[in-house]
Amino acid sequence: MLVLLGVLLVVVGFALRLNAMLVVTVAGIVTGFLGHMSPLDILNAFGTGFASSRSIAIFLLVLPIIGLVERNGLQEQSRRLIAKLGRLTAGRVLGAYLLVRMVTCALGLLSIGGHAQSVRPIVAPMAEAAAEKRHGRLPAHVSERIRAFSASTDNVGSFFGEDIFVAVGAVLLITSFVDATYGFELAPLDVALWAIPTAVCALLIHGARMLWLDRSLARELGKAPAGDGAAGDQPVVESAKVSGRDEDVTQ
Amino acid sequence: MIKAEWFYWLIAAFFLVVGFMVMQDRSNLKRYTSGAFWGLLGICFPYAGFVQSGHAPAWPLGVAVILIAVLAGTGQLKTGTAERTTTPEQREGLAARFGNKLFIPVLAIPVITALFATVGPDIEIGGRPLLEAGNETVIGLGASAVIAVLIGMWVLRTRKLSVPLHEGRRLTENIGWAAVLPQLLAMLGLVFATAGVGDAIGDSAQNILPSGSLLAAVVVYCFGMTIFTVIMGNAFAAFPVMTAAIGYPLLIQHFDGNAALVFAVGMLCGYCGTLCTPMAANFNIVPVALLRLKNDYSVIRAQIPTALPLWVCNVAIVYYFAF
Repeated sequence: MLVLLGVLLVVVGFALRLNAMLVVTVAGIVTGFLGHMSPLDILNAFGTGFASSRSIAIFLLVLPIIGLVERNGLQEQSRRLIAKLGRLTAGRVLGAYLLVRMVTCALGLLSIGGHAQSVRPIVAPMAEAAAEKRHGRLPAHVSERIRAFSASTDNVGSFFGEDIFVAVGAVLLITSFVDATYGFELAPLDVALWAIPTAVCALLIHGARMLWLDRSLARELGKAPAGDGAAGDQPVVESAKVSGRDEDVTQ
Repeated sequence: MIKAEWFYWLIAAFFLVVGFMVMQDRSNLKRYTSGAFWGLLGICFPYAGFVQSGHAPAWPLGVAVILIAVLAGTGQLKTGTAERTTTPEQREGLAARFGNKLFIPVLAIPVITALFATVGPDIEIGGRPLLEAGNETVIGLGASAVIAVLIGMWVLRTRKLSVPLHEGRRLTENIGWAAVLPQLLAMLGLVFATAGVGDAIGDSAQNILPSGSLLAAVVVYCFGMTIFTVIMGNAFAAFPVMTAAIGYPLLIQHFDGNAALVFAVGMLCGYCGTLCTPMAANFNIVPVALLRLKNDYSVIRAQIPTALPLWVCNVAIVYYFAF
């Protein structure tokens, strides 16, 4: 039970907002010692863990192209496009993305979306632009909330969509583990089918929250004040704010 | 045959280029240590390939990772302040000039990835598969990123490869150490598992369980999956532990539940935990950096109100349909 102290260390470290890299490293070393691992064992576990998880970093390869199109005005174009589509609201943009993300993941197309390749360049700017169209310039906390919601639609859509696909890691992990350990012969298709009810619930709950976002924005911000700039120049003001963020924040 | 390892080498080369650019950036107060951070990563990625194939010991990689963590954790990783991209006014003009053509390279990524995922595994050249088996996703995303750069340079009339590289470096610098945090967490997960954290949690879950109540068993199984995933940041690590502790002996053997349903929804309870934890850094912390959010936990806060009712739905699904 002593090893659970390592878990406690992580919880406390994250709660105190200490640097996550240090918290994780120290917790790893402490847990290793508590679990009677030798220093060499711990270093080997660190190395093996890092080596076997390299695939998580593959998303970094899309950054050069995302940076190139953003340099040439992709986020601005996303906003211009939304400005032309009158009936789109922030909630509807996010709800539509949630649906598309979930359905494509259910078809096995997990990595066609993601935070780097679709949320940052397209979904978040479109959702923000749709909200700006209705409510004028957004206060910082509202824009933060819309962007956080954009990331959340990607997570909810992909997590609960992917498990419907038969050949996905989770389904295969379940069947291979229980087949090997308990001598079952579970069909991956059965496991995948039983992911559907939860996926439907996730779509309804998160989708409803996205649509509800429009109402809470309307309550908080009201309609765009008349004469708050012509539709044409408003995005310019906004985009100044967005790309300004890239430069003024240090890690 | 196209191998995933090629793309890990490509990431390594990218990290080395980033490290080199950062070292030359005089506007960065910590340019040497910052450059060392990225350079060290660039060395770790190919070396990790030799670790995985058993040609090199893992412990030097462990030492390097600790060094990387110390550099990041002691404030030695900084970004430069020099302006190196287009201004908002320029971007507005460029958006008017290129219009919807700007979407072509971005949409090329999902289209090419989808092609790799669907028809890719079936392609054979000279009787051998074109893609390394089991790594189609990594290869698909990596290849589509490379092809998209070429398409983007053509569509946007960019002659120099240095332009996308500079922009990629700018975004990578902005993400900072969050880019490697997911891997450090995977590493921590392995230490947790080796040190026996899973067994400790499984045991305590069994201990708090009142015997004989189906609802209690379902709730503890679902809650254990969620909380263990919150701790480990990964439902895959929680699944074998909770299944061995409660799922199989109680829900399947004792109460005779539908195995496919119990296990499928149990895993999804784990996913509810993934929505709520900073330990799942690639889903919850990396987007904070990518979207320039001010609060580290903004994404998690946006997801908790979905995770809680969804968890209740999961318990209900198991309780009403599995028995």
